[in-house]
Amino acid sequence: MNMREITYRQALNEALTEELARDPNVFLMGEEVAEYKGAYKVSQGLLERFGPKRIIDTPISENGFAGLGVGAAMVGLRPIIEFMTFSFSFVAFDQVVNNAPNMLTMSGGQFNIPITFRGPNGPAHQLGATHSHATECLYANVPGLKVCTPATPRDAKGLLKTAVRDNNPVLVLESELLYSSKGMIEPAEMELLIPLGQAEIKREGSDVTIVCYAQTVALALAVAEKFEDEDISAEVLDLRSIKPLDERAIYDSVAKTHRVVIVEQDRPFCGVGAEVCYRIQKNIFDELDAPIGRVSQEDVPMPYNERLEKAVLPNEEKLIAAVKKVCYA
Amino acid sequence: MQPAEQRDEVEMLWLMLLIRRFEERASQQYQAQKIGGFCHLYIGQEAVVTGAIAAIRFDDYIITAYRDHAHALARGTSANACMAELFGKDTGCSRGLGGSMHFFDKEHHMYGGHAIVGAHVPLACGLAFACKYRNEDRVTLCFFGDGAINQGSFHEALNLAALFKLPVIFICENNLFAMGTSVERSTSLKQIVDRAEGYDIPGCVVDGMNFRHVRDTLSEVVESIRKDPHPAFVEARTYRYRGHSMSDPASYRTKDQLEKYRLDDPITRLRAQLTREGKLTNEKFDELDKEAKQIALESVKFAEQSDEPPLEKLYDYTYANSGVEAGVSPATKDSAADTAAATK
Repeated sequence: MNMREITYRQALNEALTEELARDPNVFLMGEEVAEYKGAYKVSQGLLERFGPKRIIDTPISENGFAGLGVGAAMVGLRPIIEFMTFSFSFVAFDQVVNNAPNMLTMSGGQFNIPITFRGPNGPAHQLGATHSHATECLYANVPGLKVCTPATPRDAKGLLKTAVRDNNPVLVLESELLYSSKGMIEPAEMELLIPLGQAEIKREGSDVTIVCYAQTVALALAVAEKFEDEDISAEVLDLRSIKPLDERAIYDSVAKTHRVVIVEQDRPFCGVGAEVCYRIQKNIFDELDAPIGRVSQEDVPMPYNERLEKAVLPNEEKLIAAVKKVCYA
Repeated sequence: MQPAEQRDEVEMLWLMLLIRRFEERASQQYQAQKIGGFCHLYIGQEAVVTGAIAAIRFDDYIITAYRDHAHALARGTSANACMAELFGKDTGCSRGLGGSMHFFDKEHHMYGGHAIVGAHVPLACGLAFACKYRNEDRVTLCFFGDGAINQGSFHEALNLAALFKLPVIFICENNLFAMGTSVERSTSLKQIVDRAEGYDIPGCVVDGMNFRHVRDTLSEVVESIRKDPHPAFVEARTYRYRGHSMSDPASYRTKDQLEKYRLDDPITRLRAQLTREGKLTNEKFDELDKEAKQIALESVKFAEQSDEPPLEKLYDYTYANSGVEAGVSPATKDSAADTAAATK
């Protein structure tokens, strides 16, 4: 198989193109997705290929078009709803957390909602407090939703395609900072579907497990490399999906390394790391040789100032310190 | 039950009686603490939903807010399934998992039962969008109260419906009060129908206490939408005799106002019209009413005797089967041409 290198943006574009071509019930709707080709050019070429009936520009009206998507999904269409950023999804919060995930239960199993909500999530660069939300912990808290956080082009394509085919509401949380990043992927003629709820070891190691996802995967890999010089072998486990959570993969890795640091892109209080941490101590406490470490954002609204923003985000310095601490190094 | 289009006015009178007798039983059972949570009764407003249902086909879609018992009954959901839902039983129309505010019935094209005020109005756009997407000539009826018209979701939905020319009829059941807040205290407009004008959506006002007026007006609107998909807005002026919910003594309004509307009762009015025209005798009316009462009474027995949803199924409805086989495989044949043809 000839692997090739493409960008995260291209990978998402391929996933959209393939799923739109495969299933006439799939349509893409959102702000600037058609004529503008997507605020981040993810939907480049789709309007030309699939026409305005299936690639649909909306007014700035997140609650309205997210709800429209849920309604269309009630009768069997498979909408892909793009949020220009998930920070804007809060305007549609009621549709995403109330209507989409509750419908199946509230209707006694009559109405499943096969909808994909996608778009960039998490802090980008100096966008300030309103545009920098990492929403994964909020949405993963809601029963009925599935949440995935691809970190590489391959994962972006495979997870988005799976999300579109899933019969449930799935959030594909992309990242503005990753759109131009590159990675190796199967040839275009291969169909790539990565299951939701399957983590991936992005780097093997034996001394400490760094649990990460989305934007923190590259950070974890960089830090793991630095530790090579210090004879600490770090395993990098990319969760890929927040919900369902691949607990097995976490436990297998921790059982091997006996030390864990979780590096998350969201905030510490009730964040993804808190949940992962609870499950590890609950289920494999005896495997731990040190308290679990965690690196998160600082618990403050995101400042605009570049230096302060850097101070809020997880970074190499913080992660290195956390790894050293659990390794007693 | 027959599709609405085949039903005559006597049957629709019977339907109004069924709704009323059902609601009276529900009220009684609520007071007896057999029904939990909130319970919002429709008594007084029966002509709106029956008139609207009489104007559409069975395969058209309807969706409504939390005051939804009547809408399910009007669609053809059995009184048994409705009462069992209020009792939280497995035989309920939402398997006892939805409750009073979340009635659903896919088979009868009843798409809920939605309890966040205004939140279902965008859903109605989605139902109508799907019909247009598939080139179907169905219409979607979206019912909501006067309290919904000041929510952002309502305004976003109307704009989208107009922009996308969606075949949806927004039916505002204006019963003068959003819970305890009168329309004058909640809405900047003199009349609610004027909201539609702001979105370039044709609107009209109907007498929501008059079955024939609702049906005839809606029929015209439906016909125009089937020919050429577009949204429409209907303000149905009506009144609820009971409080907002069972716990509401409705002290915010006068007895005189209530009495005025009671004198204009939708059931009494249709009965009088039919009697005057020789289409209904007193004996026939009594027979219909007796039957409605009997069905309502039996629904209580049915609900009482039904089983609760099994505890072991607690997790069964959170997620549907994903339906995805993951992995890497040769790509499916690119069927863009077929796709384009299928959605033309």
